[in-house]
Amino acid sequence: MAAPVTAEPRVGGERQMVPRDKPRSYYGLPIVKRPAWTWEVPWYLFTGGTAGGLAAVAIFARGTGEAKLGRRARRLALAGAVVSPALLISDLGRPERFLNMLRVFRPTSPMSLGSWTLAGFGSALGAAEMADFVGLPNVVVGTLEAAAGILGPILANYTAVLLADTANPIWRGGRTILPFVFTGSSVAAAGASLCVAGPPEESVAARRMVAWGTAVEQASFLLMQRRLGPLAEPYRDGPAGRLAKVHRASSLTGAALISVLGRRSRKVAILGGALTLAGSAALRQCVYRAGFQSAADPRYLVDSQREAAAASGQGKTATG
Amino acid sequence: MGSNMAECHPVAFQWIVEAQGKGGKLIHVDPRFTRTSAMANLHIPIRAGSDIAFLGGLVHYILEQERYFRDYMVAYTNAATIIDERFLDTEDLDGFFSGWNEESGTYDTSSWQYQGGVIHASAGERGAPRPSGDGVTIEGAPPHSDPTLEHPHCVFQLLRRHYARYTPEMVERVCGVSQQKFLEAAETICDNSNRERTTAFVYAVGWTQHTVGVQFIRTGAIIQLLLGNMGRTGGGVMALRGHANIQGATDIATLFDVLPGYIQVPTAKDSPDLKQFCLDQGGAAGGYWGNLEAYLVSLLKAYWGDRATPDNQFGFDYLHRVTGDHSTYQSTLGMVDGSVKGFVVLGENPAVGSAHGGLHRKALRSLDWLVVRDLYEIETASFWYDSPETQSGEVRAEDIATEVFFMPAAANAEKSGSFTNTQRLLQWHDQAVEPRGDCRSDLSFTYYLGVKIREKLAASTEARDRALLDLTWDYPLDPKSGEPSAEAVLREISGRGPDGKLLAGFGALRADGSTSSGCWIYCGAFADDQNLPNRKRPGQEQSWVAPEWGWAWPLNRRVLYNRASADPEGKPWSERKRFVYWDEAQGKWVGPDVPDFPGDRRPDYQPPPGATAEAALSGDRPFIMQADGVGWLFAPSGVVDGPFPTHYEPHESPVRNPLYEQEHNPARQIFRRRDNPYNPTAGEPGSERFPFVMTTYRLTEHHTAGGMSRFLSRLSQLQPEMFCEVSPELAQERGLRPGGWATIITERTQIEARVLVTARVSALRLGDRVVHQVGLPYHWGSRGLSRGDSANDLFPLVLDPNVHIQETKAATCDIQPGRRPRAASR
Amino acid sequence: MTAATTGRRPAVSLPMWQGGGTRMGFFTDSSICIGCKACEVACKEWNGVPDIDTGFTGNSYDNTSALGANSWRHVAFVERPRPDTGDGVQWLMNSDVCKHCTRAACLDVCPTGAIFRSEFGTVVVQDDICNGCGYCVVACPFGVLERREEPDGRAFKCTLCYDRLEVGDEPACAKACPTQSIQFGPLEELRERAEKRLEEVKREPRFAGARLYGESKDDGVGGFGAFFLLLDEPEVYGLPPKPVYRRTDLALLWGAASVAASVLTLGVMGSLRWRRR
Repeated sequence: MAAPVTAEPRVGGERQMVPRDKPRSYYGLPIVKRPAWTWEVPWYLFTGGTAGGLAAVAIFARGTGEAKLGRRARRLALAGAVVSPALLISDLGRPERFLNMLRVFRPTSPMSLGSWTLAGFGSALGAAEMADFVGLPNVVVGTLEAAAGILGPILANYTAVLLADTANPIWRGGRTILPFVFTGSSVAAAGASLCVAGPPEESVAARRMVAWGTAVEQASFLLMQRRLGPLAEPYRDGPAGRLAKVHRASSLTGAALISVLGRRSRKVAILGGALTLAGSAALRQCVYRAGFQSAADPRYLVDSQREAAAASGQGKTATG
Repeated sequence: MGSNMAECHPVAFQWIVEAQGKGGKLIHVDPRFTRTSAMANLHIPIRAGSDIAFLGGLVHYILEQERYFRDYMVAYTNAATIIDERFLDTEDLDGFFSGWNEESGTYDTSSWQYQGGVIHASAGERGAPRPSGDGVTIEGAPPHSDPTLEHPHCVFQLLRRHYARYTPEMVERVCGVSQQKFLEAAETICDNSNRERTTAFVYAVGWTQHTVGVQFIRTGAIIQLLLGNMGRTGGGVMALRGHANIQGATDIATLFDVLPGYIQVPTAKDSPDLKQFCLDQGGAAGGYWGNLEAYLVSLLKAYWGDRATPDNQFGFDYLHRVTGDHSTYQSTLGMVDGSVKGFVVLGENPAVGSAHGGLHRKALRSLDWLVVRDLYEIETASFWYDSPETQSGEVRAEDIATEVFFMPAAANAEKSGSFTNTQRLLQWHDQAVEPRGDCRSDLSFTYYLGVKIREKLAASTEARDRALLDLTWDYPLDPKSGEPSAEAVLREISGRGPDGKLLAGFGALRADGSTSSGCWIYCGAFADDQNLPNRKRPGQEQSWVAPEWGWAWPLNRRVLYNRASADPEGKPWSERKRFVYWDEAQGKWVGPDVPDFPGDRRPDYQPPPGATAEAALSGDRPFIMQADGVGWLFAPSGVVDGPFPTHYEPHESPVRNPLYEQEHNPARQIFRRRDNPYNPTAGEPGSERFPFVMTTYRLTEHHTAGGMSRFLSRLSQLQPEMFCEVSPELAQERGLRPGGWATIITERTQIEARVLVTARVSALRLGDRVVHQVGLPYHWGSRGLSRGDSANDLFPLVLDPNVHIQETKAATCDIQPGRRPRAASR
Repeated sequence: MTAATTGRRPAVSLPMWQGGGTRMGFFTDSSICIGCKACEVACKEWNGVPDIDTGFTGNSYDNTSALGANSWRHVAFVERPRPDTGDGVQWLMNSDVCKHCTRAACLDVCPTGAIFRSEFGTVVVQDDICNGCGYCVVACPFGVLERREEPDGRAFKCTLCYDRLEVGDEPACAKACPTQSIQFGPLEELRERAEKRLEEVKREPRFAGARLYGESKDDGVGGFGAFFLLLDEPEVYGLPPKPVYRRTDLALLWGAASVAASVLTLGVMGSLRWRRR
C-alpha cells in the first residue's frame, strides 16, 4: 500500500477554530460587507470633487473680473460634470439606472441628494456654457453659473457624507472630519487643474487654492487618522497605506512646486499641478480602498463598537 | 448512546428539546461531540466500540450501590430465576460462556437454560430453526426461582458476578471515560429512575453496527429492567431507525428469514405440517405467540385468498423454505462467487452504503443482471463505468458483462402510502404531485412486475408456479395513472373477517381460514373502514397520549408492555407516573393508552394448568410476549453469543481487551478471503500500521448513502465535500492541516477526504496510552453534485452473529496528510 | 406575489416604521438551535434563491459562511471550550437572518425607494425597483445585504417572507425549524417570551453568558424586528456587538459637510484677486 504522495492543496497557514481564549470574531470573517462598488467610484469622488471646487471659482471670478479664469474654471467643471455621471453609469451598469435615481427625492439618502446635486450641477453648467456660446445676456449666464457655484461646494464634499453614512468602520469613524479632507482635496485639485490649464499670470487664485487646499487636506487627514486611533490602520498598511504615501508625497511636492516656482515657470506649474491632481486622486483612492480593508477585518468593527459603547457607558451587556 | 439524534433525527429531537425545557436532562455518550452533544447537559466521549464496558459499568454501579428498583425487578424480571448448574460465565472461562464449540465457532446454548425448564425465545440465529419473533415456550416444570435473590445461581447473583470487574476504573481503562464523568452519568440516571421518575435510552446504528451489536442493546435493556424503566412512560429503550420507513420495511418483512409480523420463514428442516410448525414456533404455552397459527393462516389467506384452503394447508407449502444464511452480505459473497446471478435493488445504494464497497462493486460486476430502482442513477447503478475501480483503471467498462436495468423511482411526495416510524407509528401521506416521466412508485413497479410474471406463467402447469398464479393480485388501479391503490394494500394488510368486513384487531384472527390479515401486528389499522394512520388530530385537541394521531401497532398502543407501569397489584407505582392500572370497580385495566394486557385480566389471576397463549399469562406478568411473562436480565436462549453482554474488542482494535484473554466476540461472523483482508488487530504483528480507531456516521445535511441528498443542490452545498474529523492532537501528530487533504488507509483501500480539525473529537486516554479516533461521514460516492470517496470502502466484512450486521462503527486505520495516489492501484 | 410585483406599493414609502398594524418578527433562540440548517434550505426553496457553491471551508460545519444575496438564513457554528466546566467543548449554533431594524440604515440610504417598510413592520427590497447602486450593502451594520452579481447586480435579502405573511402564513424558515429555535410572531409577544426564556436559560450553568441581542428598543438601531438569544458575545457569532444607525448622525454629518462647504466658498472667494475691483 503506497503512501499518499500528492502535495497539499491551498491551505492558509495555521487556521484554528474560533480562537480559544477570548473569541473576538467568527473565524475572522467580515461582519459588514465590503463596498460593492467598482473602480469608477473613487474616480468619481475625484472628478466630482474637483468639478465642485472649480464651479466656485467660476461664479466668483465673474465678480472679480477674472473672466478668463472664470470661463476656464467653468469649462473644466463642465468636463468634470460630464465625466462624473459617465463613471456612475458605468458603475451602475445601465444609463437608465442613473435616471432612476432621479425618480424620487430622499433626504435620508446622501446618494439621492448627491444624484440630484450632480444632475443640477451638470445641467446648470451645461446651460451656462450654452447660454455663453449663443451669446445670451451675462445675467443669464451668471445666474446659471451661480446655481452651479452653489451646488459645487456640496458636490465637492457630499461624497464624504456618502461614505461616512455607512457601517464601514473607517469611513464611519472619521465622519465629522472626512468632509474637510474631501473639501481640501477638491480645492487643491481645482486650483491645480487651473494651474495646468492656464498661464501663471492668470492663476494667482489657483495657486492660492492649491496652497490652502493642500493645507486643509493634509491637516484634516492627519487629524482624522489621529481621531480614528487603531481604526486608522488601513491608512498605514496595505494598498490603502501605499496610496496614502503616494498621496502625501505627490500633494506636498506639487503644492510646494506651485507655491514656490509656479508663478515663474509654466512648466513647473504644469508639473506641480499634475502632482497635486495625482495626490488628490490618490487620496480618494486611498480612502476608498481603506474601506475595503476596514470591512475585511472584523476586529476594527468590534473594537470600535466596544470602545464607543464603553465610552458612552452602555456597559457590557450586548443588547446591540 | 450510539445515536446522534439531533443530526440524524432532527424532527424527533424536538421532543427531547421540549423535555429539556421541562427540566429533563440529556446525557450523550458518543465518540464525537456532535450536534446532539451540543444540546446535551453532559457529553461523554467514549472509544468507539467500547459501549458494553460503559453500560456494564452502569450495571455494576446499579447493583453494587443497590440503586435498582427492587420491587419492579423482583416482580417483573427474571432476576430471581435460577439458572442451570452447568452454566459457566465469562468470569470462569476468561471470555467464553459454557457451551463454546471451537470447531463450528458457535455456542451450544443448552447450559444457559433455566433450572427446571427449557425456554425458547426471541431472536436467534437466522436461517436456523428457531421460534418466531419474540415467541417463547417453556417446556417442563415452571423454572425454579429465589425471590430473596440469594441463591448463588440465580440470575441476580450471576449478573453481579458477571459485572463484578466492570468498575469505574475499568470503564476508564476500556472506554477512556473519566471516572468522574462516568459517575456523574451513573448518578444522574439512577437518581432519575424510581417510582416517581423514569429514564429512557435512545440508540441507533452506533449500537448495532458492531460484532457485538445485539449485545449492546441487551445491556441497555438490562439496565432499564433493573431500574424499572420498561413499560412506563418516559422509559424504554428506543431504536431510532435510519430512514422514515425502515420500521415499516422490517415489519412487513424485508429480511430473508422473516414473514410479515416477525413470523419466521419455515426452513427446510421445519415440519412441513402447518399445525406442527406453529406449535414448534409459537409454543404450546405462554404469551401471544401462542396464537401463531391464527396469524400465519390469516397471512396465507391474505396471500392466496380463496386458493388457500384447509386442504392445501392454506398454501403453507407455497411458502419458500430457507436453507441457510441468505443475509445481505452472504448474498454479496454469493455474487462474487457466482452462486447469485441476479440482484434487484430498491431504495438502497450498497456500493456506497454497505461495508467494503469495493467488494460490493466486485459482486455487482460478477452478476448476469442487475435492477436498480432509485431517484437518480446512484453508484450501485453506475458501478460499471463510474466507480473508484474504473477511475483507477483497475477494471474497464467493456470487460463487465452485467446487464444493468435502471428504473426511475417516484419520490415520497409523488405517491400515497404510509410510513411506519421509529415508535411503530403508521402515518399516512397523500400524493402531492404526479411523478415525472417514467418515474413510478415501488408499489406500481412490484404490482406490474407481478402482473407480467403471472402473464408469462399463465399457461404453466408446473406445481412450482402455483404460488405465483394463485396469489390474490387484484388491487384497484387508478384509471388515469394505472397506479395500484395503496389504501387497498393497507386494507389487505389490516385484515378482514369472514363477512369481508375489516377487523378491529389481531384478537379477531382465526386459524380456521375465516380471517385474513397481511400482517397480524398491523391488524386493525383500517378498522371500521377508516384509514386510521391518516388521522391528524392535533395533540392539543386530545389526550396527552394523542391516540388520534396516526395509528401505532399493535392495536394503537403507544407504550409497549404498559402493564409494567402499575405494580403487581395493579396500582400505579406512583401518582406522578400513573398510566395504565387496574380499576377494581370496572374490573378492567384503564388509562390513557390501550392496555398492553388482556383488558379484563385481574392482577391476581393465575393461569389454570394446561392454559396456552395469553390465557397462560399470570395477572402480574407484564411482558406478555415472553413465555415467563418477565423481562430477561439473563437471556436463556435467542441470543447466540451469550446470555449476558460481555465486553469484547471490535474485530479490528488498537488495544487488547483489558477484561478477558479472549479479545473479540468469539461467535462473530468472519470471512477470511483474499478480497476481504483484515487489518492486524492489537497483539498481532503489523497492528502498529493501523494505530487509530475510525468510525462512520451521518450528517444532517445528507441522507445515508446520498441518493436522496447528493443530487440536490440545496443540500449538497451545505456539506459540499467528503471530510474527516480529527482532533487537534492527531492533526499535529500526523501533520494534517485544516481544510487540507488527508488519506485514510486500511487493508481494503485508501480514501481521501478534506480535513476538519476540531476539538469535538478528543484524544482518549486509556490507562497509559492515548487513542486517537478518526470520524468519517459515509455519504459520498462518485455520483451527484457533491462527490467524494466512500468511507465504507475502508471497512471489512465482519458481522454480528445474531443479525448479521456489519461492524462499521469501529475499526482501525492509518491517516496521512495529502491526497491518495491517482490512477494507481487502490 | 410581493407587493413589488403587484405594483401596488408606491416607490416612496414611509421611511421610518411608526406603527399601524402589528409589527411581526423573529425571535431566534440559539440555545435550542440544533444546527440542522433546515431554515437555510426552506428559505432557498421558498424564495427561489440561487444556489451557492462555497466549497468546503473547514470552519466547523459552516459552509455557507455569511448572509448574502443568496443566503438569507445562515447558521453559524462556533466551537469553544465549555464555559462552566472548562473541560470539553461547547458548540454554539445560531441561525442568523436580516434584523429588520426599527431604524433601518438600508431603507434610509436607498436612493430609489426600492427598500420599504411593509405593513408588518418588516424591511423589504422590491427587486423590480432596486437600481443596483449598492449603497445598502455598505450601509447595513450587519452585512446582510449583498448585490447579486448575476444578472445585474441588484441587492437581495430576507423579505421575512412578505408573500407568505400577506396570506397569513408564517415564514418558511420558522415553519421548517424543528425545535422552534426560530419563532415567528408579533414582536411585542416575542419580546415577552424571550425575557421569560432568558430567565429559564440563565439558570443552567452551561448557558452562562446567555443574553438577548437586539430585543431592546433603546439600542443603536432602535431594536431588531428579528432578535436573538445568544450564549456569548455577538461578535463570536459574527454579529456586530453594538450596531448603530441614527439619523442624528446623518444630521451631524451634513452639518460638518456644510461647514466644510462654507470654508470652500469663503476660501475660494478669498483666493481671488478682489483688489482689482
